[in-house]
Amino acid sequence: MNWLGLLFVFLFVALLLGLGATSRGVKRELREIPAFARLASGIGAAVEAGRRLHLSLGHGGILGQPGASTFMGLSILQRIARTASVSDMPPIATSGESVQAILSQDVFQSVYQTIGAESQFDPNSGQLTGLSPFSFAAGAMPVVFDQQVSLNVLAGSFGSEAALIADAAERAGSMTLAGSENLTAQAVFYASTEAPLIGEELFAAGAYLQAGASHNASLMTQDIFRWLLILVILAGAAARLVGVW
Amino acid sequence: MKTNLRVPFLAAIAMLSGLLVLVGYFVPLPGLSDLRGLFLDWAVVLTAVAAIVGVVNLAKVHWRKVRTGQPGSVFSLTTLASLVLTILVVIFLGGATSAWSLWLFNYALVPIEASLLAILSVTLIYTFARMINRRFTIFNLIFAGTALFILITAFAWAGFDIFGLRDLRSWIMQVWAAAGARGILLGIALGAIATGLRVLIGADRPYSG
Repeated sequence: MNWLGLLFVFLFVALLLGLGATSRGVKRELREIPAFARLASGIGAAVEAGRRLHLSLGHGGILGQPGASTFMGLSILQRIARTASVSDMPPIATSGESVQAILSQDVFQSVYQTIGAESQFDPNSGQLTGLSPFSFAAGAMPVVFDQQVSLNVLAGSFGSEAALIADAAERAGSMTLAGSENLTAQAVFYASTEAPLIGEELFAAGAYLQAGASHNASLMTQDIFRWLLILVILAGAAARLVGVW
Repeated sequence: MKTNLRVPFLAAIAMLSGLLVLVGYFVPLPGLSDLRGLFLDWAVVLTAVAAIVGVVNLAKVHWRKVRTGQPGSVFSLTTLASLVLTILVVIFLGGATSAWSLWLFNYALVPIEASLLAILSVTLIYTFARMINRRFTIFNLIFAGTALFILITAFAWAGFDIFGLRDLRSWIMQVWAAAGARGILLGIALGAIATGLRVLIGADRPYSG
């Protein structure tokens, strides 16, 4: 039995719930991340200009580490859809994996239900554009070019093929914000987009988009565990240095 | 007020299934491990069904583009024709591993993907140049300089072997790049765990439940 793993999960959940309960209603100062500031202004500008928002969820599916960035992408989609669904040009989501496409349609449907406009829901607003990384990118590029998109958000698991989508956005004159859990994609985003999300910044999206107290608690829990990990690494290095371990 | 009982019910199923699979991963009780295996089998079957639903969605989107004459409808027509042709070949000419299916894979799909890879390499060079042009900062210079140095020293240049150059490359890759990547990966792992657990305990539900 993996007691250490179980203890880790238990502590993580306990801190998440505890901090979530105590930080409810407390406003926490967050350091500025340019991508999230641009996202807020970009959504407003798109709605005002009658242009479309495009969110791409990548092709990582919902399992493993890529699954976490997919869920973050879906959370961002939920926030975007709530804000922009009243626009003349409702947002559009592209995916490179079937379950993601179905979940994106589900997000759109639930948002339209929430605002009482279920008749406006279009199942094609959550699209599967291809089942391999390159076919996904090739299928997402026409959306960027032809659907009058003013802001592209790439949030999910991508590889180097994300450069094709980012390049299409640049040529179409639209802005791109991007984040992924994949290191290759992060390097590509750093070079190709105006506002890349580096490291774990993608996972802070909920807190920055004010998606609820649980996201703030999540950030605090991550910080606590990060410091614990730093201490463990330093202690391990020191123990190795003096020959104890 | 009308209460939708379906939503909390579905959320409870999702949370309970997730918790059982997670606990089954850490605690190897026979019944729990079997249940975990069963759930994972169901997940595989559902993923396969989702793939069919996804392909139907793909076909519907392209059919609508063709029907309404939207920009790029010729490409949509090509996509639909390829889809129908592939399905017909798989159904009537011996299945997914038949010679005809493999011919389609080797002489249509692979060259197309290889062409996209070639376009990607040109795009990346163009992106690299555009990055320098757009943001001339110290971080961009370090990024660009390191990338160029690693690329150039990766090749074996005939008659050109400056003392210490390969060692410097190894030092950059094994110390600086590896340390940075590990730091980023630790942060990503913590973020992924937090996201997964938030979904699992129902604190965050990026689906209609």
